[in-house]
Parts: sequence; C-alpha cells; structure tokens
Amino acid sequence: MKLSYEQVRHIAWLARLGLSEEEVEKFSLQLSNILENFEILKEVDTTNVPPATHTIPLKNVFRKDKVAESYSQTEILSNAPRQAEKCFKVQAILE
Amino acid sequence: MPANELYQLTVHEAHELLKQRKISSAELTKSVLKRIAEVEGKVRACVTIVEDIALKEAEKVDNYIKAAHEITPLTGIPTLIKDVICTKGIRTTCSSRILENFVPPYDATVIEKLKTHRAVVVGKTNMDEFAMGSSTEHSAFFPTRNPWDLSRVPGGSSGGSAAAVAADEAIYALGSDTGGSVRQPAALCSVVGLKPTYGLVSRFGLIAFASSLDQIGPLTKDVTDCALVMNVIAGYDPRDSTSVSHPVPDYTQQLIPDIKGLKIGIPREYFGEGVQNEVRAALQAAINKLQELGAEIDWEVSLPHTKYALAAYYILAPSEASANLARYDGVKYGFSERDASNVIETTEKTRQFGFGPEVKRRIMLGTYALSAGYYDAYYVKAQKVRTLIKREFDQAFEKYDALVTPTSPIVPFKLGEKLEDPMQMYLSDVCTLPINIAGIPAISIPAGFTDNLPIGMQIMGKPFSEEILLRIAFAYEQATAWHKRKPKIR
Repeated sequence: MKLSYEQVRHIAWLARLGLSEEEVEKFSLQLSNILENFEILKEVDTTNVPPATHTIPLKNVFRKDKVAESYSQTEILSNAPRQAEKCFKVQAILE
Repeated sequence: MPANELYQLTVHEAHELLKQRKISSAELTKSVLKRIAEVEGKVRACVTIVEDIALKEAEKVDNYIKAAHEITPLTGIPTLIKDVICTKGIRTTCSSRILENFVPPYDATVIEKLKTHRAVVVGKTNMDEFAMGSSTEHSAFFPTRNPWDLSRVPGGSSGGSAAAVAADEAIYALGSDTGGSVRQPAALCSVVGLKPTYGLVSRFGLIAFASSLDQIGPLTKDVTDCALVMNVIAGYDPRDSTSVSHPVPDYTQQLIPDIKGLKIGIPREYFGEGVQNEVRAALQAAINKLQELGAEIDWEVSLPHTKYALAAYYILAPSEASANLARYDGVKYGFSERDASNVIETTEKTRQFGFGPEVKRRIMLGTYALSAGYYDAYYVKAQKVRTLIKREFDQAFEKYDALVTPTSPIVPFKLGEKLEDPMQMYLSDVCTLPINIAGIPAISIPAGFTDNLPIGMQIMGKPFSEEILLRIAFAYEQATAWHKRKPKIR
C-alpha cells in the first residue's frame, strides 16, 4: 500500500492540515510504511465479530436537565485569539 | 528520619511527619523546590513551575493543620501534574505550540479532588505533544532526560512526570495513559505507575487524545503511595459520561505481603521477538520471586491475538485523535495564524504551525483510516479485532487472578535513536497497549536493572481488580529493594 502525493494532499485537505512539500514527501513514505504494517490485520477472521466502540457496557447515559452555574462570558473568551463585542471573531465565511 | 532530605520522602512517610507536626507543608514544599532548582537543568521534567502558588498553598495548609484539623494522606504534599490535565489559572500546554498560552478557566475533576484534600500543586510536567509518543522527545519545547542516564529517554508520553518522581522533584505525580503512557515511563524511570480500569478515574478536564482509551493514573515512589493517590482520584463523575459508577474501596486495605494461592498467568506472546534478553531474564527472576511468595504460576498461557494489538491500536487511537483534535481551529483558544486570507487558510496554517510532526502524522493516519473507502477496511476491522482481544483477556481472567509481563520490551534508549522511525517508536508500547484496548487495569513496578538501567514488571487484571494488582505489587516490593534505589543525576 503506497500512498501517492495526491492521496497525502487529499487526506491533509480532509483534516484541514497545511503541509509543506517536504512534509508531503515524508508522510507519503512514512504512512505507507505504517499502513504496510497494518496489513497483518487481514489475517484475522472477524466474521460475525461485532465491532467494539467501548470496553465498558454503557449506553445512553442520561442526566437530569437542570439549571446550574456556568462559566462567565469573560472566562470563556479569556483564551480567544480574536474577539469583538464579547464574541469570538472569525473571518468572513461568505465573500 | 526515613530520609536525609525531605524531598526524598514518599507520600506515606511525609504524611506521618506532617501528622505528628514534625515537619510543615511549607518546609516540604521548599525542599522539593530546592531539589527542582538543583536537578531540573539536567532532567528538564517540567514545563511550568508555580513556586509562588505552591508556597502560598503550603502556608494555608500549615495554618489549617495548626488549627488542629484532621489531615488526609495527600494533605500538604507537593505534586506535579502532567501538562495534559487542566489546572484553573495555570497554563496547560499539552507540550504543544498550539496550546502554549492556554490557561484553562476550570480544573479537571482529578485536580478538584486533589484540592479538596489540600494537595500542593507545584507545577506541570513535560510530555510528548498531546500524549502522542513513547520518549517525551515529541514535546514541542524540549526533551526530558532519564535521571538514570541523561543521554537516554525517560519514556513517554508521561516522561516528565516519571522522571520528576525518579529524580525526587515531586513526592508523586499524575500522568495519563492511552497506550502505556503512565506505565512505560514508570518502567524506564524505575517508579510505580498505574493505568486504572477505563472509567474508574474521571476524564473531565483531561485534554482528549483517544477518548475510548485515555485514563489518568498516578506515578509514585512506591506501591503504598499509588494506593493512597488512587483513593483520592478514583470515583464516578457525572461530568464524564464514560465514568463508571463503581464502588471505590480503600485501596490500602489490600496492601498485605501475602499472595499465597493467587493464580498468575504468564502470556508467552509478551516474551517473544523484540524483547531484550536482559528484560526477559529480569522478568524470569521477578516471576520466580512471586512464586516463592506463594503465587501459583502458569508459564503456559497464550493470548494469540496479542500480535494484532499494535496494528489495531495505531488505527483506533489516531482515528479518535483526528476527530478530537479537529477542535484546534484557531478560533476559540490556542495559537492562531494571522497571515491568512480566509477561514480555511487560517485553519490550515494554524494547524500546520501549531502541531508537531508526530501529531500531524497521527491526524493523517486517523483521517485516512476514517475516510470514505477505507473506513471498513481499517477502522471497523480494528474495532472487531478489539472485540477479539477483549474476549481473550476475559477468558484468561476466568482462570487467573492476574497476568504478568514486561512493561517495556527494552531498557531506556538513547535520545534520537527512534525519532526518525515512527514504527520503531510505536513498538515501545507493544506490551502496554493491549491493556488500553481491553480497558483493563495494569500496574508497572520496578523489577530490576541492567547496567544501571531500569526494568519494569507489568501486572494486569480484570476490570476493577486494582486491589489485587496492588496486593501483588506490594508483596513483590516488600520482598525486593529495587524501589529504594535512587539515580545519581550527572
């Protein structure tokens, strides 16, 4: 399983991860090598085996919907890289 | 006096002295800070030291003790916290550029619990960025060094916490373990490290790496301390929906030096290719010791799916990570690239400059495994293998009270040795990651040395069997002296 330049670029796009040309080259080799090591899983017969998402038998964890103290606007915005009028500020989405 | 310097004390020794008013929390905290000043330039275990906060807190504790209040075992005792656990008002970086200036507005549940017991937080420890790595070399800031040999790694990702405890820079520390990140550095630094049953310790405020695998655990100087820390941090938390409502015992109750009749299995897959001869020999001797102590040893256990655990883990963990780390978009907190013309470019550049190479590699790997066309072949397949691994452990624990293996297949390696070969680095976790896949508990304890380099023994059990693991660990510890050796830092 060899990952091509285009595939690496495509995955990076899906992850919204900027990569330099050198990184694309490097990941193409390294990820291919890692994926090759994953081929071993094909040996395992998983017919009729259910996939495990968790190891503990928990499902549908509910709680009462009740009013409680929350964080202040100031606290929540305290780490914001950009803010305006007590809101997170982002660049325009629509041109 | 059990030690020459206060910083050398264990939690239970320090607690006795505090209780008898022979020392104050301020004296103990100052001693630890002095030790940090002495060795930190060489070990580099810490990202942040909060001397003023710690001394102020210690003074408050001393006034509290003077007012004749009862104290609990962690009261007034200085601790270091892995920098992946949120501390209100104290920078929490995950050893990443992207969170370099992040100051959490809240405490993790484990920190709240420590504070209820008036613990003294002295600082935050270095780690592999976002807990991804086995050597602490993937910290965006600097690598931590192994106190036993400064040219070698302390293991990872909780390498800062393990090295700090080994170097007496903290009386105890907290780490997190997703595939061995508490146990493997504990083994490489000759300290005690426990990965609790999934769901036993709240993950609220633990910055997420792989949510179905992550657990917080203690790194301590001995087994008694491990039990004392577990007494405080374990327990159900409504703020973590994967937290399990399970009664929390007093973990010190089972610390008895008697393991007669306990059935211990030795799975042969953990002693195969890739395990250094010195490690194998040390484990052999340690298991013989367990037998001498009365345990019934079965050397013929086989867990045939073990060889698939590494591949399954390195699909599952990066897949969960790629989703968890999608939140770092430069909008709500953390580093944000300003030189970008639109929203998407801001996100891409923020992540390009904010994340280091291993984090990027895992985001790529996880995104690939979850992408259309590969989801079933990789992600679902790995989840099915996870079921098989879990079943195999369940079956083994019908017969055995515990399984014993090496914690790390190798002794501490040189800095730089595996940095450019991700697959070799991943193999460092081969003995520890099956435990996270199955969600079971495991403890690593000191079990010997070769050329003055530490070797760790891993003891694993069925879900919520921490008491049995601690009992075996305690019996072994009481019959050996490995945990008393201290590194000469030079």
